[in-house]
Amino acid sequence: MNGLEAFLLTVIAAATPLLLAATGELVVERAGVLNLGVEGMMATGAVVAFAVALMSGSPLLGVLAGALAGMVVVLPFVFLTQVLAASQVASGLALALFGLGLSGLIGEGFVGQPGVRLEKLHIPGLSDIPFIGPVIFGHDVLVYLSFFMTALVAWLLFRTRVGLLLRAVGTNHDAAHALGHPVRRIRTLAILFGGLMAGLAGAYLSVSYTPQWVEDMTAGRGWIALALVVFATWRPLRVLAGAYLFGTVWILGLHAQASGYGLPPQLLSALPYLATIIALVIIARNRTLTLANTPAMIGRPFMPER
Amino acid sequence: MTTRRTFMLAAAGVAVLATGLALTPGAVQAEEKLKVGFIYVGPIGDHGWSYQHDQGRLAIEKALGDKVQTSYIEKVPEGADAERALERLARSGHKLIFATSFGYMDSVIKVAKRHPDVKFEHATGYKRANNVSTYSARFYEGRYIIGKIAGKMSKKGMAGYIASFPIPEVVRGINSFMLGAQSVNPDFKIKVVWVNSWYDPGKEADAAKVLIAQGADILTQHTDSAAPMQVAAEKGVYAFGQASDMIKFGPKTQLTAVIDDWAPYYVQRAKDVLEGKWESKDTWGGLASGMVKMAPYTNMPEEVKKMAQETEAAIRSGKLHPFTGPIYDQDGKLRVKEGETLSDKELLGMNWYVKGIDDKLPK
Repeated sequence: MNGLEAFLLTVIAAATPLLLAATGELVVERAGVLNLGVEGMMATGAVVAFAVALMSGSPLLGVLAGALAGMVVVLPFVFLTQVLAASQVASGLALALFGLGLSGLIGEGFVGQPGVRLEKLHIPGLSDIPFIGPVIFGHDVLVYLSFFMTALVAWLLFRTRVGLLLRAVGTNHDAAHALGHPVRRIRTLAILFGGLMAGLAGAYLSVSYTPQWVEDMTAGRGWIALALVVFATWRPLRVLAGAYLFGTVWILGLHAQASGYGLPPQLLSALPYLATIIALVIIARNRTLTLANTPAMIGRPFMPER
Repeated sequence: MTTRRTFMLAAAGVAVLATGLALTPGAVQAEEKLKVGFIYVGPIGDHGWSYQHDQGRLAIEKALGDKVQTSYIEKVPEGADAERALERLARSGHKLIFATSFGYMDSVIKVAKRHPDVKFEHATGYKRANNVSTYSARFYEGRYIIGKIAGKMSKKGMAGYIASFPIPEVVRGINSFMLGAQSVNPDFKIKVVWVNSWYDPGKEADAAKVLIAQGADILTQHTDSAAPMQVAAEKGVYAFGQASDMIKFGPKTQLTAVIDDWAPYYVQRAKDVLEGKWESKDTWGGLASGMVKMAPYTNMPEEVKKMAQETEAAIRSGKLHPFTGPIYDQDGKLRVKEGETLSDKELLGMNWYVKGIDDKLPK
């Protein structure tokens, strides 16, 4: 295994959970809902995926359970923000804390147990090609899913009627409502999708990235995903670029350290954040386009007149 | 009469609960029970640092039974929150309080001043008072042993070291590991990666992958999760466990682990308070006192195992001190003269690398 190959594999592993969670949140925010609870949904997805994988012996079943758990744990948020029209910021923060606490509770008995690792794909012939094999054809299913979902979301949002509807709800919910579109139903579906994706991101952490359960293992990745969405100006492909840039700079920093150049590690730890923000701000420097992409209704509760 | 009294006691309990000051309604408890409180920096589910301290708490309960009652607050950030948590424990009748992270130091001193009748125990700190003791473990003794094992077991003569923060405790560990490795392989190399976190499985795993990609064929860590062990197992290199025995995460990978065992000390200190013998002191226990333990030596040839056991015995008996001169630092300056050993004070403030470490120490 040569250096570049190992490097790319590490970057992909670091970027995948961010990409999954951020893509989900992007859809939520495009529908005009701000869900700050990504970290909590991710943690819940991680612990449920781990537990189910361990007990059933099937990591794939674990992944499915993790995705489902992400959707279940977001239900109180749906109720609060869509039925009661409560503050999305407060409800989202509550979800983040609730999810972390709940995951700790569920996971209590699973601490210190090695998990089941999600199998990496092996396509006879293709996976054996040097370099290209492991880098392109040698990942687990979640890595491919993260790319597929990004592409799917990009296509759905900008090329289909469903996407147009979703964006309409996020741009002006009153107008969408006046035209007879079910604003709250669309938003609920978007939030559930966000929960599903965050659950998958969590599952990636606990059955692929580091197959174990420890409390707080998400370690702030949910918050990074949230920031990525904003700095990518709600564009799926920019989220992809942002997640991979973040991963690349982080892993480069580790390599630089291991080579003994004596760079301050505090700076290297901050660098991925700085680099990603700067790059995405430069990409998004066209103010008019950025404004056009910003969901105008974000964070604003919607109550249909009765 | 009895009913009325019970009612009043219950009411008192409810009142205490309602003010949020108590973890359990102290008024309904028997008077003579010693309440012991703990604050942890991480979740007890970290299977590392905080987990080991909580094992110590459980040991107190087990050893002293109904003479004590323990409670804990986990995930207490260092800083103002720590002061609040300590205050809460002190005011709710806890007479012995363990603060288990370095950064709680100033909060402990402050709260201790306000509660002269409460005994405080602060881990890894250096500020004491009449009612504040400090304690820590000489992890470096264990790290010297694993360094020697690494020196024997690494084919490439290069270890990867996943470090947390550049504080003396961690630097001391790196140096001790290196001195151990050099004692069997003078050309031994270490690659150090600082992940700037005590606890982030993902980052630790990334660091492990990077170190292996750069040629390290043995891993050690001063961070708390078992993620590097899993990476090592996947890539087929050896590794050492940290804080607790991680053999489950790498049955064919772990050579040994440096384990923190706070239980004997915690039980002793609780006993001291019960018997009125508690006094402020500084304890720095190592292999000899059992505060540091080695996990079984596994996955290595018999002769390496024997060497490790002999080294462990020599350190325990005091015959061997890992920091015995001559020791040169990176710049070639003689830091410890032949035949001398570093004093505890110098060890506690260590901010230089021994000769042979390529990394530059972050300031």
